[in-house]
Amino acid sequence: MTVHLRIWRQAGPDSPGRLAEYTVEDVNEHMSFLELLDVLNEKLITEGEEPIEFDNDCREGICGSCGLMVGGVAHGPQPRTAICQLHMRHFNDGDTIVVEPWRATAFPIIKDLVVDRSAFDRIMAAGGYVSVKTGGAPDANALPVTKEDADLAMDYASCIGCGACVAACPNSSASLFTASKIAHLAMLPQGTPERRRRVLNMVDQMEAEGFGDCSNHAECEAVCPKGISISAIALMRREYVRAVLSS
Amino acid sequence: MSQTGKKLLAVFRSSIGRKLLTGVTGLALVVFLLEHLYSNLLYFSTDPDAYNENAHFLISLDLVYVLELGLLTFFVVHIIVGVSIYLRKRKARPDGYAKYQSAGKPSRQSLSSRTMIVTGLVLLAFLVIHIISFKYGPGIEEGFVVTIDGEPVRDLKRLLEEKFQHPAYAFGYPFVMILLGFHLRHGIWSAFQSLGAMNPRLTPVVYTLGGVLAVLIAVGFLVLPLWIFFST
Repeated sequence: MTVHLRIWRQAGPDSPGRLAEYTVEDVNEHMSFLELLDVLNEKLITEGEEPIEFDNDCREGICGSCGLMVGGVAHGPQPRTAICQLHMRHFNDGDTIVVEPWRATAFPIIKDLVVDRSAFDRIMAAGGYVSVKTGGAPDANALPVTKEDADLAMDYASCIGCGACVAACPNSSASLFTASKIAHLAMLPQGTPERRRRVLNMVDQMEAEGFGDCSNHAECEAVCPKGISISAIALMRREYVRAVLSS
Repeated sequence: MSQTGKKLLAVFRSSIGRKLLTGVTGLALVVFLLEHLYSNLLYFSTDPDAYNENAHFLISLDLVYVLELGLLTFFVVHIIVGVSIYLRKRKARPDGYAKYQSAGKPSRQSLSSRTMIVTGLVLLAFLVIHIISFKYGPGIEEGFVVTIDGEPVRDLKRLLEEKFQHPAYAFGYPFVMILLGFHLRHGIWSAFQSLGAMNPRLTPVVYTLGGVLAVLIAVGFLVLPLWIFFST
């Protein structure tokens, strides 16, 4: 199959960008979208052109490194997958596909399709961890956690920090990311001692990074490769109210 | 400033605080709308005096100024926070996407959710005209008077019937009520989510009920002007 690509090219953080047009022929339908870009890059290198920069690492959909707006949707048209797990069989011969980087003030573009997501690291550093002394590994089942809570904590913990929630949000809000971390730890006994300062500090940092406010569009849940529910955001708000009232 | 005052200010300056404020004030305004709708629908009561009696009862309440001040505060806070959320959104992504579309379910993004700022500002403009036309419109001195239980009372019903003879009022009002329906379609369920009252089981139920309530409120308000225009 043949696909036409319109890809965002930008030489550096402060350079002007534009959509450049490419056509890739003989596309194998079993290729992932990133492999399509690999093939295009090999062609560009052979022709002496600058290859297209994009972030990627595990290519198994679990590391959260890759992320592109494909056809106007974060991680492309297939739900609950990172872009590395989207295969070309989901497109048609002759399709024109627009490829853009995540766009948000808090995610400045470094080059082409690569953005700086260290704002997420700083939100994590503000409280997305457990620092209480937990001692040695407790005996099995010595620390009671109900099955329901364990399952929910695991659902929230599955966030890979890819940034699709921010990219897809009409307001560029980082609420789903921040809430997933807060909700994950709030469900477990190890997270309880620091829950108050965690939510206050992480929410403050989210604000300081210049992300927008949540307007409950729930677009984040629809593009999240792990399908994390916006119930995490509701839980974050309850945690926040509880933290403010209890101080 | 006291410790509590500082804490309150910090809440209102945080993104979650802004959501709590829009949610609480929004739901309070929905309660007001339901009361207003009830008063409007008294027009269709079999008792021809019911409409004016109710209006007279409301403005004769001892606490009417307290209620009005509360209502004004809810409106002002709701508007300020809503506009500030919109301005932050603009700042958070100054350069938009060349191509953007919703990924579909379970997204709740819709025409209604994307146009909250537009429908909200139209409602604000409407509110100003509405208050000038009716609350500060002609009263007893201008001859809009009716006697109920031997007491002269403002004839708001007649004012209503005269205003809605004009096509601009008779059709402008229902048009804005449709926009109100759109505002509430996203607003009602969103308020509950903003207050943290949602979970995966509740969300679809509240989302559906929010939509039904939005339609009922919009239709409830728009029948009155159309009825008056076409029946007289």
